[in-house]
Amino acid sequence: MTRTMVGAAIVVMLAAPAVGRVQKDPAYQTAPAAKPADARAPAGRAGNGATLYKKVGCYQCHANEGQGGLAGPRIGPSPVPYARFLQYIRNPTGDMPPYTARVLTNQDVADIYAFLEARPRPPAVDTIPQLAP
Amino acid sequence: MARTKNTPETRVERRRFLQQGALAGAALVVAPSPADTVGRVQEDPAYQTPQAPPAPMTMAAEAAPPADVQVLGDGERSGSDFMVDVFKSLGFEYFCANPGSSFRGLHESVINHGGNRAPELITCCHEESSVAMAHGYFKVEGKPLGVLAHGTVGLQHASMALYNAWCDRVPVYMILGNHSDAAIRRGAEWYHGVQDAAAMVRDYTKWDDTPWSLTHFAESAVRAYKIALTPPMAPVVMVLDGGLQEHPISKSEPLAVPRLTLPVPPQGEQGAVEELARMLVAAESPVLVADRMARTPNGMTLLVELAETLQAGVIDQGSRMNFPSRHPLNQTQRGRAAVTDADVIVGLEVADFWGVVNALRDQLHRSARRVARPGAKIVSITTGDLYIRSNYQDFRRMQDVDLAMAADAEATLPVLIEAVKRLVTSDRRRAFEERGARLAQASRTAAAASRTAASYAWEASPVSTARLSAEIWAQIKTEDWSLVSSYYSSDQTNWPRRLWDFTRPYQWLGHAGGGGIGYGAPASVGAALANRRHGRLSVAIQTDGDLMYAPGVLWTAAHHRIPLLSVMNNNRAYHQEIMHVQKMCNARNRGVDRGELGSQLIDPNIDFAKLAQSMGVYAEGPITNPNDLGPAIRRALQVVKKGEPALVDVVTQAR
Ligand code: HEC
Repeated sequence: MTRTMVGAAIVVMLAAPAVGRVQKDPAYQTAPAAKPADARAPAGRAGNGATLYKKVGCYQCHANEGQGGLAGPRIGPSPVPYARFLQYIRNPTGDMPPYTARVLTNQDVADIYAFLEARPRPPAVDTIPQLAP
Repeated sequence: MARTKNTPETRVERRRFLQQGALAGAALVVAPSPADTVGRVQEDPAYQTPQAPPAPMTMAAEAAPPADVQVLGDGERSGSDFMVDVFKSLGFEYFCANPGSSFRGLHESVINHGGNRAPELITCCHEESSVAMAHGYFKVEGKPLGVLAHGTVGLQHASMALYNAWCDRVPVYMILGNHSDAAIRRGAEWYHGVQDAAAMVRDYTKWDDTPWSLTHFAESAVRAYKIALTPPMAPVVMVLDGGLQEHPISKSEPLAVPRLTLPVPPQGEQGAVEELARMLVAAESPVLVADRMARTPNGMTLLVELAETLQAGVIDQGSRMNFPSRHPLNQTQRGRAAVTDADVIVGLEVADFWGVVNALRDQLHRSARRVARPGAKIVSITTGDLYIRSNYQDFRRMQDVDLAMAADAEATLPVLIEAVKRLVTSDRRRAFEERGARLAQASRTAAAASRTAASYAWEASPVSTARLSAEIWAQIKTEDWSLVSSYYSSDQTNWPRRLWDFTRPYQWLGHAGGGGIGYGAPASVGAALANRRHGRLSVAIQTDGDLMYAPGVLWTAAHHRIPLLSVMNNNRAYHQEIMHVQKMCNARNRGVDRGELGSQLIDPNIDFAKLAQSMGVYAEGPITNPNDLGPAIRRALQVVKKGEPALVDVVTQAR
């Protein structure tokens, strides 16, 4: 049986422009800037965050290490400030599917945040011969 | 000429031309003559020597009246011999076919009358593979392949691939066998017989015919070729009656092969071209959006010239190789921003212009908004305006435009370039140069950002999709390479296009067209078949879901010694669908941890290396450690350089 991906292509194309410039592009307004009091993430457990990240599907669009690329922007390491992170997951303004507190608690989000914060930083691009221009 | 029908009169008439001889069936009931038995007297019990005791069958044969044993006479040829003459005149190099009795006459003529050269038969294991091979081949060679298939079951298998070619405006020359005359149909010919074979694909083919005589055939065969190759190009279908193929005709029968003259594609009207030139020269930030623009290798050269003359940004939507990936004016990576900035947007054979100017948000309630700035002038040049069909909706949403040229974009570029050059003053040239410098900077920044983005998760296992691309590039960049297929549907997020240096027309071949999965593997083999003659290295980024549709095409590649390096992007899922289902789960606010159900290809994992090896293809994998990838690609490359296909199975991340 043949399945078509025309719809899928639209989804990806819409998601694409957001890569790496969610903040700049007015088309993809992210959540309003967080108030300083909200800015700290609650203590998260990165191990549980890793499990959740896979289980609830963040990996599908943001890739296994949060590096993003094809279907969503990079969200790790050094994700956006926690308040905005939480706000975006609850109320995405672009194509990302929303996660309500019913399916992903604030603690779950904090755990995922901790997992993303703990992702290794990449080697310097200039040290990777395969990425030489 | 009138078609020879199997009426009593014609049967008598034809008998005059027939000679005595033996067919396999006839041999069962006729005592063999010495000539019949040459070379196989001993092995075949049906051909007992006279000395041996008579077998029961022979005794029965002696009792029966001699049959009318029929072979082609010296003064005769078959209808399908003439068909091959016509096909040769059209320059077909190959016919792809899964063999089928409804075109057995033509099959035999191709191998014996035509010597199996131009066209040469390529044995395919599925008609969908045959058509997709033709699709891929065209994109390299700019020439159609013939595809032979049964008018019923073969076309049914082929139909999805034809739909892809249709949506991609790629010509495929479909040749169907059919036994129209119910009075002489045998066994399976009843299932393979149909009143109107082309009906089921008429909505997504450009023209078809069912000729009733050989003269009719010749004209229609040449006409079909011409129609298929006239922009907008599309598949065509010829239905060839079994009787017309198989009945003998006299060698002296006057049959002419019509001459093919391809029409010159239509150029934009002079006044409209000048108006567009004025808009472009006056514009502060024009952007050129190219999709199915480069119809020939010259297309890219022309677009580069226009862009450089104007120092205008180009967005290459990637259905064809329209623009060099690292050209400083290439703004594809920041495409949305380039559209938002633009005061003039020119669409060159853009299939979805509405989607360039607007965005559709995919949430529970879909919403659309314009991304182009208000008042931006919008101009389209496309042969799409010359031709549209109703049923299938590949024409996309209607976009308001300020100027629409119903013309071929590539054919229009030379006059547009001249018109622009005539209008450029030194003031404008200075403004252009400043703009060009800004765009070059933006494109350098985007390229650097892409490399940095690719460095994240560099050491991860499964392998990141960026690393997969980077590892392939590192191995091929000094070769004369051609990326014959890759699954990436979006150009902004497409790793090879972000990381590799695409400069030649055959290095990027676009997409499936209709989004029908299963295109990648056969289109790669078809494109590699075309590249073989030019000594180019064909490389495919092969996905798992795609390969599982019709993996038999790997055998075709091995059998016909088609060199092709397939590196798998094996994410063990129909991952695009997982993302879709996830969206549904989230929108319905339930079960967000179950989105993968029904779309994964695990338990058991598919061993693609074994699959390929079983069909005679060199293969390695599954590779999960990214550091094993480079050496594996190097080894596979050595095999490909010897003229064979090779496959490296790489387990990758989902996206
Ligand atoms: C179906 C694809 C998809 C899934 C699943 C998904 N995202 Fe996203 N995400 C996106 C896209 C696309 C964007 C870019 C903006 C947009 O279009 O909404 C995005 C944006 C974001 C942003 C905003 C980044 C910024 O720079 O402001 C965050 C944070 C985020 N996602 C986190 C997550 C987390 C955490 C999960 C899992 C709980 C998740 N996403 C699941 C597609 C997805």
